[in-house]
Amino acid sequence: MIEIRMHGRGGQGAVKASFVLAEAAFQGGKYVQAFPRFGVERRGAPVEAFTRIDDKPVQIRSQIYYPDGVIVLDPTLIEVVDVTKGLKKGGWILINSNKKPDFFDFGDDYKVYTVDATEIAVQNRLGSRTAPIVNTAIVGAFAKLTGIVTIDAVFKGIDSSIPRFQEENKNAAKQAYDSIASG
Amino acid sequence: MKKTMMGNYAASWGAQLARVQVIAAYPITPQTLIVEKLSDIVADGDLDAKFIKVESEHSAMAACIGASATGARAYTATSAQGLALMHEMLHWAGLARLPIVMTNVNRAMAPGWSIWADQNDSLSQRDTGWMQIYASSAQEILDSTLIAYKVSEKVLLPTLISFDAFFLSHTMEVVDMPDIELVDKYLPPYKPDYKMDVNDPRSFGALTDEQYYYEFRYKMQEAMDEAVDIIKEAGKEYEKITGRLYDLIHPYRCEDADMILVTSGTIADTTNVAVDELRAEGKKVGNLRIRVIRPYPKKEILEVVKGVKKLAVIDRNISPGYSGIFSQELKSALYNEVDIPVRSYIAGLGGRDVKIEDIKDMANDALKNDAPNDLIWKGVKL
Repeated sequence: MIEIRMHGRGGQGAVKASFVLAEAAFQGGKYVQAFPRFGVERRGAPVEAFTRIDDKPVQIRSQIYYPDGVIVLDPTLIEVVDVTKGLKKGGWILINSNKKPDFFDFGDDYKVYTVDATEIAVQNRLGSRTAPIVNTAIVGAFAKLTGIVTIDAVFKGIDSSIPRFQEENKNAAKQAYDSIASG
Repeated sequence: MKKTMMGNYAASWGAQLARVQVIAAYPITPQTLIVEKLSDIVADGDLDAKFIKVESEHSAMAACIGASATGARAYTATSAQGLALMHEMLHWAGLARLPIVMTNVNRAMAPGWSIWADQNDSLSQRDTGWMQIYASSAQEILDSTLIAYKVSEKVLLPTLISFDAFFLSHTMEVVDMPDIELVDKYLPPYKPDYKMDVNDPRSFGALTDEQYYYEFRYKMQEAMDEAVDIIKEAGKEYEKITGRLYDLIHPYRCEDADMILVTSGTIADTTNVAVDELRAEGKKVGNLRIRVIRPYPKKEILEVVKGVKKLAVIDRNISPGYSGIFSQELKSALYNEVDIPVRSYIAGLGGRDVKIEDIKDMANDALKNDAPNDLIWKGVKL
């Protein structure tokens, strides 16, 4: 089983991102579970969402405390939230940022990846420049990073879980898949 | 066909596959998505049903009672304060012997204002004459809805299906949707012997003096007793078409266990994982999930626990002034039958997360301590 924690801000689509990620894995033949941290949603406030992926039905029904990887949708969160809390040694951190991975210092225990999901979303006219919808780009980057799902499964996941702008979302996922940078 | 969906939508699709004919509902978090989706399904023409918007949950249940009395398959969903507001009507549906099925997303009663998981809302309705199911997965929510109509329409008692707020209601997972052709065979249209019909007038709910009321209660108890076997049969028949078996209780690794944890709802699923870890540490622990609390499967529970040295109950609910409700029920079942010490834990009230470590802590505490205990608060912050 792989456990992923997603950090975003209220209104940014972190919960949707956890669902799209799960949908892609499901389309790739996996069992999945995705859910938000059950707090009070406020626009702009830090939010968390979780995705579990396994080859058999997932039975754990508590939140994720020791993730295998974390996804950070907004890099400014790193200043206010301990995004590596509980992250397993050797785990990965995928950050939506236009910076190179070595810009971020998380020590030697983790592997850092970056993808400019915001710019990719804007290029594909997903959301607005001030509120871009980055979740499909992030999922594309996740596919490349982990190899748990293929880019084709990501496309299928977009087809089945996103009702509009499917081509734009697929382009975003593919661009992110091709441009993710590793540290 | 396998799909991903949130637990709430599994309830909506369950109602759709059951071909419910009347849905009367009032929104309340975290249930709202269930009836929101059903209103879409009805509006899209994917279900031939009357969707009645009402001004309160009390009215929702009243409308279901009226619909069911005319022979329609009726459905509603609610949570917490909404269920409490229905209380009067719940007794009515039970004593009128109407096979209504309702979904309740277990949410803590306020105040403090809370939208999170807690079983006190539904357990407060334990004595209203409804059968009560506690589901532990989205798949089970959908499947239970179909099985519940089958059982309810046979024994003429309503069914309440409850599941934990957010841990299921807003969690997306994989659900295998059974084919409608198979479901139609499994659950044919509801054909009551007696119904409210202007062309065949009868009296319903008339004044019932002491010469008759007592027997009403007797008959209700008899129906509850019969329901035990009918739930089993309906579960086995469902297994034939889907491969998924549902029973009143679901034991996990209990056969050779020295100690059995007794659980319900989503805590039960997490407990299965905790049991695997405890077993790997050489501790012979099992998990007995109570899926149906009314009718109470006393005989079935005794069968599983009779040889065990100790029992530990985890309750996500409390009867203030005494203890956890599943714990009370279990102890009353054991009394006069077997002498097994029970340790009773309260955990997860108001949606507090119950982690694998928490369950292992409780299990290890119970393994270490031989004295029975009515009430242990796991992780209370004082």
